Amino acid sequence: MSAQTLQPQVVDTDKLVDRKLVLYFYLASLTFLFVSMLGGFLMALQLIRHNPFSGIELFSPGRWRMIHTNAVAYGFLANGLLGSMFWAVPRLTLRPVLSSHLSWFIFIAWQAVVLATAGGILFGQAQGLEWGETPTWIDPVALLGLALVVVNFLPPILMTPGPLYVTLWYFMAALVWTFLTYAMGNFMPEYFVTGSAAGAVGGLFIHDLVGLFVTPIGWGLMYYFVPILLKKPIWSHGLSLVGFWGLAFFYPLQGIHHFLYTPIPMFLQYGAVISTIAVELVVATVIINFFGTLRGSGSAFITNLPIRWFYTGMVFYFLTCLQCAFQTTLTFQAIIHFTDWVVGHAHLVMFGVFGLWIQGVMTYLMPRLLGHEWYSRKLCEWHFWLSSISLFAMAVDLIAGGLVQGTVWRALLPWEVSIDASMPFWVVRVFTGIGMFAGQIVFYVNIYRTWQLGLRPAPAAAPTSTELPAVVAAT
Amino acid sequence: MLESKGSVLVIAGLFFFALAFVSNALVPAMMYKDLPEKTAEQLVTANLRYQFEDLARRFPASFEKHMGKPPEDAAAREKWLNEKCAESLRIGRKVYVGEACWHCHSQFVRPVSNESRRWGPVSESWEYQNELQRPVMFGTRRVGPDLSREGGRRSNDWQAAHLFKPTLLSDGSVMPEYPWFFEGAPDKPNLRGLALMTYLQWLGSWLESYPYYEEYTASSLPADAAPSEVAAAGDAPAAGEAAAPANPAEPAADGGAAEPANPDAAADTEKKEASNAQPTDAELEAAKVAIPGTKPAPPPTGDPQPAESQPSPTESKATENTNPPIDPAPESETPQASTPPAAVEGDERPPAPALPEALFRTASLLMQAI
Repeated sequence: MSAQTLQPQVVDTDKLVDRKLVLYFYLASLTFLFVSMLGGFLMALQLIRHNPFSGIELFSPGRWRMIHTNAVAYGFLANGLLGSMFWAVPRLTLRPVLSSHLSWFIFIAWQAVVLATAGGILFGQAQGLEWGETPTWIDPVALLGLALVVVNFLPPILMTPGPLYVTLWYFMAALVWTFLTYAMGNFMPEYFVTGSAAGAVGGLFIHDLVGLFVTPIGWGLMYYFVPILLKKPIWSHGLSLVGFWGLAFFYPLQGIHHFLYTPIPMFLQYGAVISTIAVELVVATVIINFFGTLRGSGSAFITNLPIRWFYTGMVFYFLTCLQCAFQTTLTFQAIIHFTDWVVGHAHLVMFGVFGLWIQGVMTYLMPRLLGHEWYSRKLCEWHFWLSSISLFAMAVDLIAGGLVQGTVWRALLPWEVSIDASMPFWVVRVFTGIGMFAGQIVFYVNIYRTWQLGLRPAPAAAPTSTELPAVVAAT
Repeated sequence: MLESKGSVLVIAGLFFFALAFVSNALVPAMMYKDLPEKTAEQLVTANLRYQFEDLARRFPASFEKHMGKPPEDAAAREKWLNEKCAESLRIGRKVYVGEACWHCHSQFVRPVSNESRRWGPVSESWEYQNELQRPVMFGTRRVGPDLSREGGRRSNDWQAAHLFKPTLLSDGSVMPEYPWFFEGAPDKPNLRGLALMTYLQWLGSWLESYPYYEEYTASSLPADAAPSEVAAAGDAPAAGEAAAPANPAEPAADGGAAEPANPDAAADTEKKEASNAQPTDAELEAAKVAIPGTKPAPPPTGDPQPAESQPSPTESKATENTNPPIDPAPESETPQASTPPAAVEGDERPPAPALPEALFRTASLLMQAI
């Protein structure tokens, strides 16, 4: 807390942040989200038997499905989170990152890694690791990039005297975890272990990628932006501690819950299930902490756009974790594993939580990066409602579809019945996807218009980061 | 102390991660270290070799073009075939991964949800201890069925036509088409096509229950093929058969693939299944001579293999017509020598019910489940 309240007086924090870099990270992030959505859309069309590019190798829905997930993880989320860290870390520590040149190098190198990944997948070189289909020859390069990220961000954090603010715990741990997770997941099942053991590592990788890379940085950003926007400290420091240390301990232990009922030893599966349920209790404390913070300023949820993005994401987070606590039990797994239930769950997590948070941060920062107030508050509202409602509809639709699929399979009905029974859910999914896509288009238009407004010779009133623009403040 | 840099970095960052790594990754690795990891060469069993040589017989031109010509000498040929088969497995796996087959088809049978009745024995660890499971192809989603016991269930012709255009054989399939595994027609697989089919036929080839057919029967569901149609359809392909035995040395003449349903071959398959799926020595001997470039290839039982006066494979219509009657036996649960594809489809998959009906049925099942 201390760092934050001191901020404006001590240093000119605006000089610490390379706004152009943050903006570029966000633009890259949104570009990859666009590509990813196109990939998802193609796969969705294939599933309802309306693939317009059927039989064209470079438009193979299978390959584009992998581009879809990888572009979300490494293009959209990684760029969005890195950009936000380039904003938050210098302002929290009151120190610049190690090197501005290195920052730009990281930016360019990371885009190269993501593009090479997409290209490699497109030409059939994918690696057989879910969420890590990056071709094997890119893996070392990507790992080197992650090492540079660590080198760039750790110095300002380590130079900060005294105990750290919550956000920096999360960031610091995430930097270490991401590097280790990536190395473990991409190299171990490929070169060192095989079979069931490789499956265990693969499960751990899928899980840690979400839990030890995206989740801690996401929560770190929430602990940073929510108090700033609500202009009050986090409700309970004690609960923050519980949240962080609970996540750090329990989250990495759960990888195997992705492969229940496999030949992986049963006692490990039980362990994964138990720690999953334990982490849901931890999640509950974090949610309570944030809603405790919101208490007394509930109207911000309605009037303050970024706060609305953040807290909607938190509601989804709670839902998805609650869902997880159930679905990870062996009883539920028997039915819902392998079904669209899991796909719905993944969308709810990746877009419904972290996607919403990043877009909330963008909604807050874009006017500051572009030097002008949002072109249209109305478009901001459309962006929010289209994204959140469509996403929620998609998740509900897929989760329900998953229950139907699982039941049909268990009833030993012929396979085709499960396809036919899934069809209405898949059709609805296409339309919810179009809704999410429309939300993005609205966002792009709004950014473009705002950018154009920002190009004009600005009157003195161009917002700086220390004052809240009207969109963000309660109007 | 809990907010200090040191504890966050060392305890949370390193120690907790290491703890999870040991318990979730190293423990299973150590538990299986006594199970030897097989190389692709060691995975070549008689079952797989049978299928691999079957590829050579069915697609002689493509096989020779992409795999090369086997040596004349018997011992050398044996070695050559094993090597090519292992190589195909490796390439096939790359294709399987690169095309994301594993994102819609799982490779493990769970002990729950009646899966062992649908697909065969529950998966065990030793099955995955081989180099083709680096990383393991468990999969996390089933849009299509599990494939871990796919080998031998369907003929190579079926696989070829299905990969080329799935709807040729499965009505309403949502699987994408993969024409790039072929040179224009389903009977002309390229290297990727041949390798992928080898890989598919390998899945489950190590099991005693190979090939495994579903236990569930169609009795409770409406059958759509009338017996008279069955008989008619069964006779139809035979009419087109020429008396001359197939000569794989002249593949251009007969196209080589998409053979008509062959009662003898089907009967052979039935026999094969009855004898616990191990091809007899005679069959294997027969299979060995069935390599292109050696001599006219009889099917495993030694019966002359009929060649069909086949229409040009470039005509897609003709392809559609000739493909379904391929070796129907392997896909029916109780292979019947004279069962034509229509009846087979009726056995394995009844007509897809209208959507509302399906929904109603699944809803009622759901209620029961709850």
